[in-house]
Amino acid sequence: MTQEKPKVAFYWCASCGGCEEAVVDIAEEILDVVAAVDIVFWPVALDFKRNDVEKMPDGAILATFLNGAIRTSEQEEMARLLRRKSKLLVAFGSCSHLGGIPGLANLFTRDSILQAVYFEAATTENPEHVLPGSVCGNNGHGELTLPHFSEQVRTLDQVVEVDYYVPGCPPLPNIITRAVATLLGEHLPEKGRVLAPDDALCTECPRKDSKPEKISLKSFKRPQEILINETECLLAQGLLCMGPATRAGCEAPCVNGNMPCTGCCGAPGRVRDQGAKALSAIASLVDSRDQEEMDAVLASIPDPAGTFYRYSLPGSLLNHRRAL
Amino acid sequence: MPNTQSTPGNGHAAGELPEPRIVGFFCTWCTYLAADLAGTSRIKYAPNVRVVRVMCSGRIDPQFVLAAFANGADGVLIGGCHPGDCHYQEGNYNCLRRARLLKRLLAQLGLEEERFRVEWISAAEGDRVRQVIDDMVEKLRALGPLNMKQQQPLVNIVPQEHALEGVWL
Repeated sequence: MTQEKPKVAFYWCASCGGCEEAVVDIAEEILDVVAAVDIVFWPVALDFKRNDVEKMPDGAILATFLNGAIRTSEQEEMARLLRRKSKLLVAFGSCSHLGGIPGLANLFTRDSILQAVYFEAATTENPEHVLPGSVCGNNGHGELTLPHFSEQVRTLDQVVEVDYYVPGCPPLPNIITRAVATLLGEHLPEKGRVLAPDDALCTECPRKDSKPEKISLKSFKRPQEILINETECLLAQGLLCMGPATRAGCEAPCVNGNMPCTGCCGAPGRVRDQGAKALSAIASLVDSRDQEEMDAVLASIPDPAGTFYRYSLPGSLLNHRRAL
Repeated sequence: MPNTQSTPGNGHAAGELPEPRIVGFFCTWCTYLAADLAGTSRIKYAPNVRVVRVMCSGRIDPQFVLAAFANGADGVLIGGCHPGDCHYQEGNYNCLRRARLLKRLLAQLGLEEERFRVEWISAAEGDRVRQVIDDMVEKLRALGPLNMKQQQPLVNIVPQEHALEGVWL
């Protein structure tokens, strides 16, 4: 009898689908993965249903890679189900790791979001006042109910216990293949680890040698406002590059594409709050000792929360906008 | 005298409110000595500040401020040396640069402006410590509690197996 291959599952919650693409993006190497494991659940690509997962004994799946943040009751139920059925639960990509782009919804209240989406949007017609949680029809087997919509967006580890994290929006092929190899290997890393190098992106930036000892800026620039030099440190050019407060491992594809890092891999392990750390690094570059002038320079950063917490608001220390 | 006239719109009757809690990060060369001077001069001021002594206001990571709010502080007060007086030349300017941007971030996260304050207080200004703290306590009383910590455990729509335990640091 041949030895049974380890079972692996993929699932998505509040996400864009880019993480699913990322799995396919590992190209030929995916064949090695497929040869090594048995994919038992992957709604975007394979026709297994929730039922099939429910029938499995607890802990039957070696590892589930779950991407997307948690916003609805359905996502929460699936996260709990897959947690129960899996030995290892891996938060895959920025959204499940730190909240991601959907996490920026935490700058708005639940009610204002529902009001805008279900009633006020120009393209919305909703005479029956259907809302999350409403009964919305019958498919012949029973009533269909929309999932409930929670107060806030949560990271996966705010809902269930998570064993490992694969960072990135989406995670890059080199990070995925190394993470999978680690999980299939003999020695598992310490639980709770982010499966990427624990250092700032600047350390592996192709432009690191052009970073001056001290950067002083009279204004910050948005990429469309200047002709970006292709070899010079982006921070030194006044662009808001999150490299100093972002984890390494991606090998800086954005910088290689002549765009600043936006911080999708989260912060290195010793940083608790990526946004605060990035804010600290950026604000220190302001070339002024006068409060009014500082304010004028900092005014060229129009949206601090959206800039510094672009991928990490739910996972941050304050994690949402407070209702006043 | 506690200000019992305040009307914080959060359901508490006036007078029932918990006292505002302020975390103070004081530079060891100036504001910390000023607080010391206030003590030895027997100046009376509101007891609401828990002081953390730091080597320089430039050492205050914005994460410290957020962690204080996340763990129950109603206000954060930073005390540093007057411009030009920093023991390390540039520390208080760096503090101010970060604070100006952090103030805007906090506003986006729904925190009132009065909850985060930076003051320059030299070692000789014991009475200034009293003025600033008394004034800040009064303003925070008027605002009512921040309750950032209480707001953290989120509404769970599915029965919970693993409770979310507030903030981890």
